[in-house]
This record gives sequence, C-alpha cells and structure tokens, in this order.
Amino acid sequence: MSEDGGQEFRVVLDGVDLTLGGRRVFRGLTCGFPCGQITVVLGGSGAGKSTILRLIAGLQRPDGGSVRVAGQDIAQISGRELFEVRYGIGMLFQGGALLDSMTIFENVSLPLYEHTDLSEAAIAQRVSERLEAVGLPGTESLYPRQLSGGMARRAGLARAIVRDPEIVLCDEPFSGLDPVNVRRIEALMVELNRRLGITLIVTSHHLASSLRMAGRLTFLVDGRAISGPSAKVMASQDRRVVEFLAAEQEGPMTPSAAESTAGGGGAP
Amino acid sequence: MRAPAIETLGLRTVRLVNHLGCIAIFVGETCACSVRPPLRIRRLVAAVFDAGVLSLAIVCLSGATVGAVLGLQGYTTLSRFGAEGSLGAVVGLSLIRELGPVLTALLVTGRAGSAMAAEIASMVTTEQLDGLRMMSVDPMDFVVGPKALAMVLVMPLLSALFIVFAVFGGYIVGVELLGVDGGTYLTSLEGSIDFSDDVAGSLVKALTFGALVGFIATYRGYTSEPTAAGVSAATTGTVVASSIAILLSDYVITALWGV
Repeated sequence: MSEDGGQEFRVVLDGVDLTLGGRRVFRGLTCGFPCGQITVVLGGSGAGKSTILRLIAGLQRPDGGSVRVAGQDIAQISGRELFEVRYGIGMLFQGGALLDSMTIFENVSLPLYEHTDLSEAAIAQRVSERLEAVGLPGTESLYPRQLSGGMARRAGLARAIVRDPEIVLCDEPFSGLDPVNVRRIEALMVELNRRLGITLIVTSHHLASSLRMAGRLTFLVDGRAISGPSAKVMASQDRRVVEFLAAEQEGPMTPSAAESTAGGGGAP
Repeated sequence: MRAPAIETLGLRTVRLVNHLGCIAIFVGETCACSVRPPLRIRRLVAAVFDAGVLSLAIVCLSGATVGAVLGLQGYTTLSRFGAEGSLGAVVGLSLIRELGPVLTALLVTGRAGSAMAAEIASMVTTEQLDGLRMMSVDPMDFVVGPKALAMVLVMPLLSALFIVFAVFGGYIVGVELLGVDGGTYLTSLEGSIDFSDDVAGSLVKALTFGALVGFIATYRGYTSEPTAAGVSAATTGTVVASSIAILLSDYVITALWGV
C-alpha cells in the first residue's frame, strides 16, 4: 500500500491514460483512496466516474499507467489473479446487476455459497440481516423484475457487502432513491465504514449526502483528478470545481431563471 | 496507392487471425469449464430444460410433418417403379442418415440457440456478467459452460425424437392413407438400417451439431456489444453462423463417415 503525507492508501491510480470509443477519458489520472475512509468521486456526466470504479475493479484495463489495489498492479496481473484480488472487493453497479434468473435470496447469497463454508442457516441469517440493513426485509423470494430500480440497487448493495469485503465500490447508490432511503443507505455506508473499517469509494451526484459522509472527495475534471479531504476540495478555487459545486447547490434551473439567463423578456 | 491496399489487407488478416485465436481460446475454455469442478448440476439441468424440454413441441410437430411429406413423396416416386414396399426403408434411411440430425439442429438453432445467445447478450448489456466477475465467479463456469454442454446433450435426444415422430408420420400417410401394408413398411425399415453405419453416423452428426450450436450461441452472446443492437446482432449472427456451420459440417461428416 502507498502512503502519502502519513495517509495509507488502499487504492492508487498513477498516471492512468484511457481512451474509450475514440474519446480520451483519462489523461495521466493520478489519485489515491485511503484505507478505511469514505471517498466520494464527483464530476459532471461523462467525466469518468463509473469508469474509475471499473478500473479499480479490473473490469477495464488502462491504456497506460498503473492501478494498484492492496499493493497489486491489477493492470498487469492475469485473469485468475484478478479473481483473487476481487475476493476483497464488493461492487454495487448502477443498475444493480442482479442475475434476473435468480431470486433476491439466491443473488445475495451467491458469494457466500461460492466462497465460504457457512451452513445453510448461517447464510440465510446473513442474507436476511443484509437485506434488512438496506431496507428490503422479506424480499428473499422475489425476482429482480419484481423490484423497482431503487430496490434492485439496494439489493445489489446487500450483495456487495454480504461478505464484508475490505473495499466497496458504489456506482451512484443514491440515484433514483427517495429521501428516506438516501438517508438509510448513507447511514449504512457510514456504519460499515466505522464498524468494519471498510474502504468505500462512491460515485455520486448527490452533493448533500456526499458532504455528510465523505472524509475525502475526488473531483474528476478534464481527465484528471482534484482530490483531498472534503473541506479542502470544497474550498478549492479551481473555477470548474466552484462552478460544479455552485450548480449542484442551487439545484435545477427554474423556467424563470432559464428565461432571464437566456436574456428572454417573457411573453411579448 | 499500393501501400494502403497492402496495409489494409495486412490489418484485416491480423484481425482475422486474432478473431480465430479468440474463438479457439473460447472453445478451449468452454470445454475445460464444462468438465472441471465445481460441476454446476443445477445450472446444467436448467439449461437442458431451456434448450431441450422447451424445444420438444416444435421438434415433435416438425418431425411428424416432415415424415408425412416424405411418406407422400416417397410413395408417389416409388409407385412409378412398383416399389411401394420399400417406403419404410426410404423414409427411415433418409431420416436417420440426413434429415433427422440436420433439420433438428436447424430447428433447435432457431428456437434455443438464438434464445441462448440473446440471454447471454442481455446479461452483458445489464452488467450481470460483470456482477459475477466482481463476486469472483467466472461467467465461463457459471453461465457459458452449462449452456454449451446442455446443447451437446440435448441435440442427439431431440434428433432421435424427431426421427421417431417422422417415421410415425410416414407410417400414418403411407399405411393408413395410401394403403401400403403396415408389416411391409416396418420390415423394410428394420431391414435397411445398419446400426454402426446409419445410427452411429446420425449420432455423431447430432453431437457435432450440438457442439457447434452451443459454441456459436454462447460465443456470440458472450462477445456481444452491450447495447440493444448488440443483442439483436448476437441473435441473428447465431442463427446464420450456426445454420452454415451445420450444413458445411454435415457434408464433411457424410464424406468422412462413408456414404
């Protein structure tokens, strides 16, 4: 693991270059994610927030640079070795990525059946606890198609944390959730981080939640990262960060504001 | 002018060799994960159900229809030479040696092969395969292996069923409608079929076609683009590639097995 200013990093991206479909997503991206902290990755649409998680998960290989997870450069290791590194990582995908031919119980319990020797009863109890933690008690026998998008994502989170991994990657966990469930998931993440010391890397557009739970922010802009403790990034004078944060805090533009911005004088 | 043309030819050749290499690796991995532990019996049974049981109706109905047509055509042709008594042999031999395995494979490609490719392609689109990878579960073991193996297992069984229903269809038309003697029909059928030549050859064809359809369907699904158009291309590509592969390999096996 790398260290920087006394901070121990669980995940380090160093000089990462990546081009996807002819578009340069990252150019020399360098950033670290400290051990046992919650880091929220912010940035505009298409800035590469989901892609950074896919790089850390080894689902995407960089064109150049290194991606070190728990000391191993996962851009250089074989597919089999990658499976071993992933034992310690749980990931929540944007759409949940639940297997639609299996029930919620089968989905959430799959990592336990595959990689542990737990008894049936212990697995059932663990699954039930995790589903309750994400606010989905009693949904074990349902199929993913019977859940709403937000519920499927919460079931995906239950699956990601069912083995208590060292690192949890969450791609837009608050997207499409009602305020109560935003708070619930936020509290769950903070609890996982405090109780088990899990390193959480979260991409989000939800600024209020991000600021409440994140110890550290990584702001993606023009293929590079501005990262540091939340307060430091929030105080950044970088024009693009200031504009993004101001727009997020003001919320969506109202029709009257849009008209005045466009210089429209209202109805003739 | 010549240099870019040579460059393009070289690039295409490299791409083709690369593509063939990917297919070879995929086939090797599929074979390996079909036999190495953990053997996923529940996944295999589910795949056999999807590919086999759900294809029963179309295979049986098509078999009976093809047999009836063969009986009708065979009777018309044979009666010109006064050889109606050989109707059983004509129907049986043409079904067992050729039509049974080939038509079954084409039907199963259209019904189960395309569905298999579409299912895997939609799993790619919805990141389900990535979800498995993140649980350190190899999608080749969990999804591809059982489906490909199921196709190899069900093809000979469906082919046998197709032949049985076709022989029955030929019997109904030849014996019940056109007046051929039932005993003569069955005796000529039984007397003309040799197990080591006809039945074993039919079995080899069905197993080969099953493997081809299984590999093509899973490969096209697994390597599809994660878009709706990707799912569509995987499905269409499976049907086209499998049909051509079935017909080409049919000729090769027939030539090698001995006509």
